[in-house]
Amino acid sequence: MDINDLRSLFTVVTFALFIAIVWWAYSGKRKQAFEEAALLPFTDDEPVEAAKQTATYRLNERKAS
Amino acid sequence: MQSQATYNYKVVRQFAVMTVIWGIVGMLVGVIIAAQLIWPELNVVEWLSYGRLRPLHTNAVIFAFGGCALFATSYYSVQRTCHTPLFAPALAGFTFWGWQLIIVLAAVTLPLGFTTGKEYAELEWPIDILITAVWVSYALVFFGTIIKRKTPHIYVANWFFGGFILTVAVLHLVNSAEIPVSFFPMKSYSAYAGAQDAMVQWWYGHNAVGFFLTAGFLGMMYYFVPKQAGRPVYSYRLSVVHFWALVFTYMWAGPHHLHYTALPDWTQSLGMVFSLILLAPSWGGMINGIMTLSGAWHKLRDDPILKFLITSLSFYGMSTFEGPMMSIKTVNALSHYTDWTVGHVHSGALGWVAMVAIGCTYYMLPRLFGKMEMYSVRLINTHFWVSTIGVVLYIAPMWIAGVMQGLMWRATNADGTLTYSFVESVKATYPFYTIRLLGGTLFLVGMLLMAYNMFKTIASGKAVDAPVLEPAAAHA
Repeated sequence: MDINDLRSLFTVVTFALFIAIVWWAYSGKRKQAFEEAALLPFTDDEPVEAAKQTATYRLNERKAS
Repeated sequence: MQSQATYNYKVVRQFAVMTVIWGIVGMLVGVIIAAQLIWPELNVVEWLSYGRLRPLHTNAVIFAFGGCALFATSYYSVQRTCHTPLFAPALAGFTFWGWQLIIVLAAVTLPLGFTTGKEYAELEWPIDILITAVWVSYALVFFGTIIKRKTPHIYVANWFFGGFILTVAVLHLVNSAEIPVSFFPMKSYSAYAGAQDAMVQWWYGHNAVGFFLTAGFLGMMYYFVPKQAGRPVYSYRLSVVHFWALVFTYMWAGPHHLHYTALPDWTQSLGMVFSLILLAPSWGGMINGIMTLSGAWHKLRDDPILKFLITSLSFYGMSTFEGPMMSIKTVNALSHYTDWTVGHVHSGALGWVAMVAIGCTYYMLPRLFGKMEMYSVRLINTHFWVSTIGVVLYIAPMWIAGVMQGLMWRATNADGTLTYSFVESVKATYPFYTIRLLGGTLFLVGMLLMAYNMFKTIASGKAVDAPVLEPAAAHA
């Protein structure tokens, strides 16, 4: 096994890692956490209600479709 | 709101104001060199000749204008989304003064002719060391702030800013590896030789585009577009995939700058393939940004800041389609070394990078100076239209000129001789250079309007630091 095999292996591993990240990002488990994180820009000074409503609206929209 | 602590807006104010100032300086130098291409008599003295001013222009707009915008926006959004003032405020102050010193040194040494000759990394070794010191400080301030955050999550904009800071550190250290031979005149030799030096240089060069001018500015998009639109980003999970796809892919695209050179053929093809793959994350991110406005498109009608932000994303989409296309070897055979490349770069640099930075600066300025909005919102709208027309007048003639040059250079007669001499293609380019100068001048005029608007806003306001809120307050 020379260094080029390791290079090929590294490419395959990073590709698998990326697929795993996509799977993780779209898994149901992360949904709640991502929705909280998406609201972070709105947790500082301005009323958060409008932003929250949009988030809920989009969520329902996706559930419906 | 028990705590009396305030966000560190001082350093944000400093960087935000200098964004506008360096934008004007960098674009003015751009206008001068555009004029020099039409009227060579304008190369009056060697220090102000085209060859010396051109790297000054690129360094000024990328690192002075773009750099200050990145410092300002990243410091602004990281504090606010982490609900904590900046870590190590003295070090943050050092990043400001250190960065300004680097810019001034660049403005002195480049016209004097001190250069490593590496594109976008022309600054000589003593300045490289200073850049390293400032950048490490920047990383400490930024990641220190993230570590002491009061929120469980790290907002996606901070991932992009963090990725940009880390990658630029690695790029700078690797590409600037050099052997100093004298302090004055400043001179060093690259640690690499031949095709390897070229490959390292364009690995750096393309990732400077990918991380300095893209990942960092996408960080701006993910914070300021939702803020200005008043709604969360269209898809947060898409933004996560966007980040990792960009990080995994951009690193490999550099070889497309070296098509048909001494670089091994397989490396060129690899660069081309990864450049084509890049279209997917680029457009995913662009769609995510634009669709944040979904259901609130009417806001575009009368909000000029939003116009800047959304138009910048449209240009981002255009240039990230154009880029992969130009990386295809057969297309590159036509486009490389022509003004098409210059058009492509400015579609990205003026249309995307400058416009998103301008939009974010307009968002921050009133908030940094205790005002509800800019001195004149109408003037922002004028700025928007002047610069949009400017970009179009810049890139359209460069496309035409580039394709024309490529076709003229490759045209051969039946007996195999070249149909056109090089100077004939130069002559044919003059009209397009003139239109380009007009477009660039319009963009510069827009920046002058912005400076006027900024100083009027500052004059009628006063420096204000917003109080740090507990994140829990928002859930009430």
